Amino acid sequence: MAQGTLCNNRPITTEEELHTLLADTHGKKYYAEMHELDVDTDKLGQLIEKTCKSRIRTWLQICSRCGLCAESCFFYLANNHDPKQVPSFKIQKTLGELVRRKGKVDNAFMQKAMDTAWGKCTCCNRCSLYCPMGIGMGVMFSYLRGLCFSQGFVPWEMKIGSGMHRVYRAQMDITGEDFVDTCEWMVEENQEEYPDLEIPVDKEGVDTIYTLNAREPKHYPEDVGDAAILFHIAGENWTVPSKGWEETSIAMFAGDWEGAALQVKEVYSAIERLNPKRMVVTECGHAYRATVIEGPYWAGLESGKTPVETIHYVEWVLEALKTGKLKIDPAKKIKEPVTYQDSCNYIRNGGLSAVGREIMAYIAEDFREMKPCKEHNFCCGGGGGLNGIGRYRQQRNIGMKIKRDQILETGAKLVITPCHNCWDAIRDIEEVYKIGIRWSFLKPLLLSMVIVPEHLRVQEEE
Amino acid sequence: MYQFITGPLLWFSFVFFFVGCVVRVVLYIRGLDWRLDRVTYTKNISFGFKGAVRSIVFWLIPYGTQSWRANPVYTLIFFIFHFAIIVTPIFLSAHNIILMERWGFRLFMLPDAVSDILTLLVICCAMIILLRRIALPQVRILTKPHDILILIITVAPFMTGFFAYHQIPDSEFWTLVHILSGEVMLVAIPLTKLSHVVYFFCSRAQIGIDFGVKRGGMKSGGMKW
Repeated sequence: MAQGTLCNNRPITTEEELHTLLADTHGKKYYAEMHELDVDTDKLGQLIEKTCKSRIRTWLQICSRCGLCAESCFFYLANNHDPKQVPSFKIQKTLGELVRRKGKVDNAFMQKAMDTAWGKCTCCNRCSLYCPMGIGMGVMFSYLRGLCFSQGFVPWEMKIGSGMHRVYRAQMDITGEDFVDTCEWMVEENQEEYPDLEIPVDKEGVDTIYTLNAREPKHYPEDVGDAAILFHIAGENWTVPSKGWEETSIAMFAGDWEGAALQVKEVYSAIERLNPKRMVVTECGHAYRATVIEGPYWAGLESGKTPVETIHYVEWVLEALKTGKLKIDPAKKIKEPVTYQDSCNYIRNGGLSAVGREIMAYIAEDFREMKPCKEHNFCCGGGGGLNGIGRYRQQRNIGMKIKRDQILETGAKLVITPCHNCWDAIRDIEEVYKIGIRWSFLKPLLLSMVIVPEHLRVQEEE
Repeated sequence: MYQFITGPLLWFSFVFFFVGCVVRVVLYIRGLDWRLDRVTYTKNISFGFKGAVRSIVFWLIPYGTQSWRANPVYTLIFFIFHFAIIVTPIFLSAHNIILMERWGFRLFMLPDAVSDILTLLVICCAMIILLRRIALPQVRILTKPHDILILIITVAPFMTGFFAYHQIPDSEFWTLVHILSGEVMLVAIPLTKLSHVVYFFCSRAQIGIDFGVKRGGMKSGGMKW
């Protein structure tokens, strides 16, 4: 079996392999090797036989090919109604064919499957809401990604991301020590304004364990500080784990189910070790999807639930606003028109559509809905890992036109994006299309309008 | 010939249809796997049940979902087509007279004029569905011979029944073809995409349970289809 040195069917498991792959700028050698990669058709066939059961087989069989899924897909709409972007067509030509041929496919087929699974679908699952037969095409694309990954046909960045989780238990090369250092640094940064501020690490028996997206300590440490300040103001009894703090899962995007399981088990271990009453997940969509919705299954938890009750950050914010733990200064509410980006991963696939609206009622005076919105909202264009894949940058930028037009239609110049992928995509919409918008997570906005209780304020010297 | 196709062959067709559908459903349910599907089918049953019911009921109501509302003309055709296909053969007077003669009971009988209209509606809707398949690029690209074949299998009993009833020469021939085509349809249901007769409910229930117990149903009160 021809396997490349970089592009092969083995997942990354060591730091050295990871650095070698990272050194291959833009995956030039990696993709060149992919052309020579052999498909182990027997193994692929066995994997399909073992994992493709009645649900997916039935979905593939009963598709009545009515085409109602077409207009539900932002890629179809953004690509001038290209019939080749119809979800049913995309899945039948890839997974459908793969199952029918029992894995007997060649390199060219697998590359086409990869380009479709990552470059033409973000697994947003909107199409599954528009199929009369209840066919979950996003679920099938996710499954297809797993089959592609098993054979080494996976975008370069996804292979790196999966390797990061396997090596560092985080989507980036950030260790537990790095994370704790960042927490300490953020406390120091903010102590002048909030003298009693702390980020409790590994505190047992607290009410809330807070888990994050590795991008926060790595690239946006102020987000860690903002979270700490808001918990501080709200009087939350909380902690972060020094190990198992990372919620995200590029492994999920990559179709590396084993890597995804390793990652969530790390988080669940932290919960078991520290025994908090509940977990709060940062403002990230796929992190919630990975660790709260899918994670229990990867970890083999028969309850289908995380070891303790888990809520998304938006739920925590709403709870704090409702209970008065966070009080908004009415004079500081957002006066300008503002809109809200529904993250597919915790709105359509997580049931939290009402939460955002209730928060908006507390903090915004002129809230404007996108159309469509809530469960039926369109993907930002960068979900499913697409934001991070250079090979499909052009496809992503075309797809983002739908979100661009949705935002423009609201007339709002500020987009609230409590999701890292959405935040990135909307930032890139501005970068690519220059429509004059701003975007923000909830935390900095809340900090700009929250009333700091008297006892937490810095005492002025007399 | 007539004796055979209205006797053993008819029995065979009905038995094949019923047994085939039951086997399909049983195999489907047995193939569900909570680990692979990542859906806890046997936990939080009340949420799963509610999700399944919502997922089926909203889709059985004309314009009951966003998808139906987004495609008003197709939705109308779709519901008329399916309504007429189910109602006409069951409540057709001729079928019920046979039922009375053979088994001594009958169901409510539609006036023949109404049955005629419903039959013509089935034929017209099938024509529109076929034209839609050819005319719309997003449907044309998906269409395969199988789709045309099952449309023909579905419409054939209605068309031939119409010819037989209206004594279009040769009436006896059309009656035979009508019975045969009906039997072909019954046999085809478990074997082809017509299996959606049962799979529609299975698949909708499954995704309803998925959204009900796992993807938000326990926090939102149910997917807004």
